[in-house]
Amino acid sequence: MSDNLLSLKHVSKEYSGNKVLKDINIELKKGEIHALIGENGAGKSTLMNILFGMPVIHTTGGFEGIVEIEGQEVNIRSPHDAMDYGIGMVHQEFMLIPGFTITENIKLNREITKPNLVSPVFGKRLETLNVKQMNEDTRKALDTLDMNIDEFLPVAGLPVGHMQFIEIAREIDKTGIKILVFDEPTAVLAESEAKNLLNAIRKLSRKGIGIIFISHRLDEIIDVADTVTVLRDGEHVVTKNVKDTNKYEIAQLMVGRKINIERVDESNKSIVDETILNIEDLVVEMPGERVKGIDLSVKKGEIVGIGGLAGQGKLGLANGIMGVFPAKGKVEFESKKLTLNDPKAAIKSGLAFVSEDRKGIGLLLEESIESNIAFSAMQINNDFTNNFAGMRLKDSAKIRSHAVKMIKDLDIRCTSPMQIVGSLSGGNQQKVCVARALTLNPTLLLVSEPTRGIDIGAKKLVLDLLKQLNSEGMTIVMTSSELAELRSICDRIVIICEGKVEGVLPPDAPDAEFGLMMSGSKHTEGSEV
Amino acid sequence: MVGIEEKGINYKDMVKKIGFPTIFIGGFWILILIAGGFLGISIATLISDTIKRAGMNGILVLAMVPSIQSGTGPNFALPVGIECGLFALVCAIEFGFTGWAWLFASIAFAIPLAVIVGYFYGKLLNAVKGSEMTIATYTGFSVVAFMCLPWLMIPFKNKNMGWFIGKGLRETIQLDAIKGAQKLNDFLRFSLFGENGFITFGGEKGIIIPTGMLLMFFLCCVIVWLYFRSKSGIAISAGGINPMFAKSSGIDIDKCRIKANILSTIMGAIGIIVYSQGYGYAQLYTAPLNMAFPAVAAILIGGATASRAKVSHVIIGVIIYQGLFTSALPVANILFEGTDLSETLRMIIQNGIILYALTQVKGGDK
Amino acid sequence: MNSVKTYQRLDTTKTSTWAADNIVSLIFVAFTIFGFIVSDGVTMNYFLTELSSRFFRNTFLVLSLIIPVVAGIGLNFGIVVGAMSAQIAIAFMRYFEFGGVLGLAFTFLLALPIAGLFGYFTGVLYNKTRGQEMIASLMVCYFANGLYQFLFLFVVGVIIKVPKTHPMIKPDGIGVRMTVDLVPVEDGGLKYALDKIYEIPFMWAILIVFACILLLQLWKIYRNKNNPALYRYNKTTVLINIILSIAMIAISIYSILKNSSLMMVRKVPVVTGLLIVALCIFNELILKTKLGQDFRSVGQSQHIAEVSGINVDKTRIIATIMSTVFASWGQIMYLQNMGTLNTYGAHTQIGMFSVAALLVGGASTQKAGVKHAIVGTLLFNSMFIMSPEVGISLFGNALLGEYFRTFMVYGVIGLALGLHVWRANKKGKITLN
Repeated sequence: MSDNLLSLKHVSKEYSGNKVLKDINIELKKGEIHALIGENGAGKSTLMNILFGMPVIHTTGGFEGIVEIEGQEVNIRSPHDAMDYGIGMVHQEFMLIPGFTITENIKLNREITKPNLVSPVFGKRLETLNVKQMNEDTRKALDTLDMNIDEFLPVAGLPVGHMQFIEIAREIDKTGIKILVFDEPTAVLAESEAKNLLNAIRKLSRKGIGIIFISHRLDEIIDVADTVTVLRDGEHVVTKNVKDTNKYEIAQLMVGRKINIERVDESNKSIVDETILNIEDLVVEMPGERVKGIDLSVKKGEIVGIGGLAGQGKLGLANGIMGVFPAKGKVEFESKKLTLNDPKAAIKSGLAFVSEDRKGIGLLLEESIESNIAFSAMQINNDFTNNFAGMRLKDSAKIRSHAVKMIKDLDIRCTSPMQIVGSLSGGNQQKVCVARALTLNPTLLLVSEPTRGIDIGAKKLVLDLLKQLNSEGMTIVMTSSELAELRSICDRIVIICEGKVEGVLPPDAPDAEFGLMMSGSKHTEGSEV
Repeated sequence: MVGIEEKGINYKDMVKKIGFPTIFIGGFWILILIAGGFLGISIATLISDTIKRAGMNGILVLAMVPSIQSGTGPNFALPVGIECGLFALVCAIEFGFTGWAWLFASIAFAIPLAVIVGYFYGKLLNAVKGSEMTIATYTGFSVVAFMCLPWLMIPFKNKNMGWFIGKGLRETIQLDAIKGAQKLNDFLRFSLFGENGFITFGGEKGIIIPTGMLLMFFLCCVIVWLYFRSKSGIAISAGGINPMFAKSSGIDIDKCRIKANILSTIMGAIGIIVYSQGYGYAQLYTAPLNMAFPAVAAILIGGATASRAKVSHVIIGVIIYQGLFTSALPVANILFEGTDLSETLRMIIQNGIILYALTQVKGGDK
Repeated sequence: MNSVKTYQRLDTTKTSTWAADNIVSLIFVAFTIFGFIVSDGVTMNYFLTELSSRFFRNTFLVLSLIIPVVAGIGLNFGIVVGAMSAQIAIAFMRYFEFGGVLGLAFTFLLALPIAGLFGYFTGVLYNKTRGQEMIASLMVCYFANGLYQFLFLFVVGVIIKVPKTHPMIKPDGIGVRMTVDLVPVEDGGLKYALDKIYEIPFMWAILIVFACILLLQLWKIYRNKNNPALYRYNKTTVLINIILSIAMIAISIYSILKNSSLMMVRKVPVVTGLLIVALCIFNELILKTKLGQDFRSVGQSQHIAEVSGINVDKTRIIATIMSTVFASWGQIMYLQNMGTLNTYGAHTQIGMFSVAALLVGGASTQKAGVKHAIVGTLLFNSMFIMSPEVGISLFGNALLGEYFRTFMVYGVIGLALGLHVWRANKKGKITLN
C-alpha cells in the first residue's frame, strides 16, 4: 500500500466531446505542499471540481480515472462526500455571511446542539444551539492559525486577510480534515497578509495535512511548495520537486507548446510612428479584473495584444476605457482628452468595443440580427432613422439592407436578417457583435476574447477578419487569455499582472519570458533578468 | 446554417408562442359565450358590452406597455396616473367646460400634470430598483388615500360636483349633467345587424360599435406603437431587458425609465378620462385603489410577461378580459341562481394570472 | 494593543443613523402626542381602554410576521391566508354551535391543519417567486380571497347543503351571511371565550408587567457581571427600561392605593396576555435552536446557505407555515374579542395593518423582533385612536381624520419599504474607492 494521502490516477474529463483533462496522475503525501500551476483553461478548476464532488461534473457525464485516499479507492459524488472524506477547500470567493459572527460562519450548518424539552417530539432541528461549545471550537481553530481576533465579532468590516483566515479556520474545524485545497489564496491579499498565510499553510502541513496549492505566483510556489505540477491544455506536463527546478523552467513549461498558430509573414507592414491612444495610470473597478494603474501607448495602425492570466486585470482595460465599469485616469485618443465613464463619448470619438461578455453585454439575445447590428449606430449617430412628427423612427429598409451587407461581408451563417440572435452558433454571434461595432465606422477597435467559446475552425475565421480590418487601416487592441492567438496576429503583446503592465514582448519572444511575466516574477526583489 | 425553416404546424411551439394564459382564458371566454347562447342570452348584447368595456379600459391597459418595456414591471402604480386624470377632469368641470370642450380641456390639463407627476415618480422608481412592483403598489395606494384629503377639502363650487351640504366633492360625479357622458362613445356610433340591416348609424340594437371611443383607443395605440419604433423607444426597450448592453451603447438607463414612466402616467390620465365618459360617472375617493390590477391582468392575459409587452398584447388582452367578465355575469346569474359569482370569479382569475406571471419572473437570485 | 476589549468596542451604538433608522416610529409618536395636545375630548381613560383592548386583539397577529422576516421572505402580507383559515374554523364551530372555552380550544386545534396546509402552498409560491415575495404575498391575498369567497358564497349551500333557517346562512340557503354573530361565551358561543377566562384590573396588569420587565433588566446585568463577553447588553436600553419600569410601577401602585380614575380602565384579559407572552418567548427561543439558526442563515444569504448544505426551500416553507398558523390563531383571538365575524371583510385589511404596525415599531424587511412588534402595535393603534380627534381639531371633519389615517397606513408601508430598498441599493453600488 502506498503512503500517499491522495492519489489521482489516469483522471480524464470530457465536456460534450471536448477533452478538458487528459490522463492526469497526481500524488500527495501527508504533510506535503503540492503546488498546481497552469494557464487559464489548463484544467485546474475542473480537476478540483472532480476532487470536490461538484454537481457540474456528475451532470455532464462524470469522469474517468480513480481517486484514492490513503490507498483506498473512493467515490466522491457531492461536496458533502468530499467533506466526509476529509477534503476541504478554501475558495477564491469567500463564502462568508457578513452579518454573522466568526463562530456562526465557521459553524454554518454544522452547529453543535443540545437536546431540550421539545426536540424529542419535533426532531433534531429544534435542539438548542450550544453557543459555548461552538465558541470554544472556533477559538481553537483560530488559535491554530495564530489569529487572536475575538470569535464573536461579526465578519462584516473585517480586513480581507482576516476573512481568508476565517475560511481556512472553517475548513480545519471540520473533523478529520486530511487534505486542504487552496485556490489562488493570495490573490486578494496584501504582501504581509500573504506572508501570514504562507506561514499558516506551513504550520498546517507540519500537522500532517496534505495541501494542494493552486497559484500562478511562481515566487510563492518556490517559497512554500514541496512539489509542483504543471498543467497545460488539460495535459499533465510534469511534476517536479521544487528543489530540483526553478522559476524559469516552470514558466517555460507552463506556456510552451509544440504547435503554434502560423504567423503570416508581413515584413511589408509598416506601422506609422504616431500614437493614436495614450493611457496614463488607468484605474478600473471591474469586479474580478481590477486595474490598478496601467500606462500604455498604442500606435496608429498596429494590432496590440493584451494578455495575462485570468483575474489579473487585462479585461478591465477595455471595459474601463469604454465606460462599462467605473474608471479613472488619463486617456487621450487622437490627441484629444477622452472623458471616462461615458460610453457615449468613447463611441462618438471613434472607439468601438466588442465585449468579452458576448451574451451579457454584447447582444440583445431576443432581438433579430439586423436590430442588433444597427443598435449602437442608431442610438449614438442617429443612423438608420427618419424624422416623423418629432420622433426619430427606425428606417426598417435601411436596417435590412445594411444587415444583408454585413451578413455577406462577414459570412454570418443564418436563415435571414430577422433571425433571433440567441439561436445562432457562438461564432456567428461573435460576428454579429463585430458587425455592430463595425457599423459605427470606428477608428480603433477594442476586442476582448474574440474567439472564446468558438470551435477551432471558426477561430481562424475571426482572426483572419481582424487581420483584414487591420490591413485596411484600423488600429486594433485585442485582449485575450489565449497567448497563442495573440502571438499569431499581434505586432506586440502587453502582459498585465496584478492590475498593472508587467512588460511588453514581441510575439516571437521565448515561452519562458511570457510565463515569467504572466506570473509576475519579473518584478520581485532580487530577481534579476 | 443557411436554409429554409420547416413549415409545419407544431402545436407545442404555437402554444408557447401565444402563451398559456391567453389560450386558457380565451378558451374559457368562448365557452361562456357558447353557454350564453344556449341559455338564450343575446350574443349581440354580450359582444356590444365587451366592445364597449374594452374601449373604456383599453388605454388604461396601454399604460402597462411603457413600464413593462422599461424593466420596471407592470405599472402597479396606475392609480397615480388615474388621479392626475381625475384631477384634470374635475378642474375642467370647475372651469365651466361642458360637452366636447370638457373632454378636450380634461385631456389638455391632464397631460402636463401627468408629465410632472410621472417625472417625479420615475425618479422614485430609479431609487428602488429591484422592488419596483411592491413600491409601485404602495405608492398607488398612498396617492389614492392622500387624494381623498383634497377631494374633501377643495373649495370648488360647481354644483354638479359638490356635496349638497358642506365642503368637498361628491364620491360620484354624474357626467351627463355636464353633457360629458358617452361623448366619445356616441361619436359616429353605428351598429351592426341592427334596425336597418347591416349598418345602422346611431342604432340601439344589434352589435353597437362606439366609434369615437374606439378611435381614441386606436389613436393612443398608434402613438405608443410608433414611440417604441423610435430611437427613444428602442433605447427604453433595450434598457429594460439588458441594462448592461444598453449602457455600453451610451444609453442613460435612468433617463429612459423616467421617460417610460411619464408616458405610462399620461396614458393612465387619459385612460381614466375616456373610461369615465364611457361609464357616465367619474368616481373619486377610494374607487381608483384597485384599478391597477385589472389592467395588469389584462395585458398578461394578452400574452405579455412582466418584462416584455407589445401593443398587440393590449388589444387581445383587454378584449378577452372584458369579454370574459361581462359575459360571465349574465351567464352565472342564470346558471347559479341567486349567487353573484362573477366578482368571485374575477378575483380568482385576475389575481391568479398576476401570480402566474410573477412565478415566471427570472432574476430572484438565491 | 489597546485596553478597550473588542466586545466593549462593539457595544457603542451608532447614534448618527439612529434617527434615520427609526424615522417612521418617530413620526407616529409625534402624531400621537400631537393628538393629545390638540384634542379635548379624549381622556386618558378612554385612550387606555381603547389601546388596551386593541393591543390584546392585534398583537398576536403582528408577532406572527417576525419569523418570515428573519428567514428572508420579507413582510408576509400572506398572513391573510392564515386569517382566512381561522375564519373557516370559526365558521365551522359556529355552524355546529360548539362554543364555550372548550369550543375555543377546538377552534385553535381545527385551525392548525387548515392554516398549515395553506401555509405550505403559500411557502411553495414564495419559493417560485423568489426575489418578488412581497408583491406575490400581496397578490396571494386577493387570489385567496377569491377562493375564500367561492367557498363561503357558493360551495356552502350548493355543494354542501345547509338549512336555510340556520342563523349563519343566508335566507335563500346559499352562502354564509355577511355578518355572523358569535354568541357570547356565557350562552355557549365563542365571543370573549378567551378573554373572559380570567381578567384583572388594568393597573394591576401594569404593575405585574413592569415588575417583570424590571426583573429582566436586573437579570441581564447580573448575567453580564458573570460572563462579560458572552452576555453583552445595551447599557442605554437597559437604563431606560429600568427608569421606565420604576416609574410605571410607582404610578400603578399609586393608582391602586388611591383607587384613582385609572382604575376604571377596562379589565385586562389574562389568558390572552399569557398567550401573547408565550409567542414572544417562542420567537426568542426558536432563534436559539438549529432551526432558528437556519432561518437566519437563509435570511442572510440563500446562496451561501445552499452551498453549506441547508435545504433553503424547505426552510422557507417551514417559516411560512409557522407564520400562517400563528396568524390563524391570532385571528381567532381577534375575532373572539370582536364578537362578530365580518365574513367577507374581517381578513382583508389584517395583513396590511399588521405589517404597518410592525414597520412602525422600527422593523424593516430584513430585521424584525419582538420589541418591534410590541412597540409597533402600541404606536400604530394609538394613531388609530387619535386620528378622528386630530381630524376634527385640525380640519373640523372626522371623516378627514379617517382618510388621513388610511393615508398614514399606506404611506408608512410605502415609506419604510422605499427607504429600505433605497439604502440597500446604495450600499451595493460599485464605486471607485
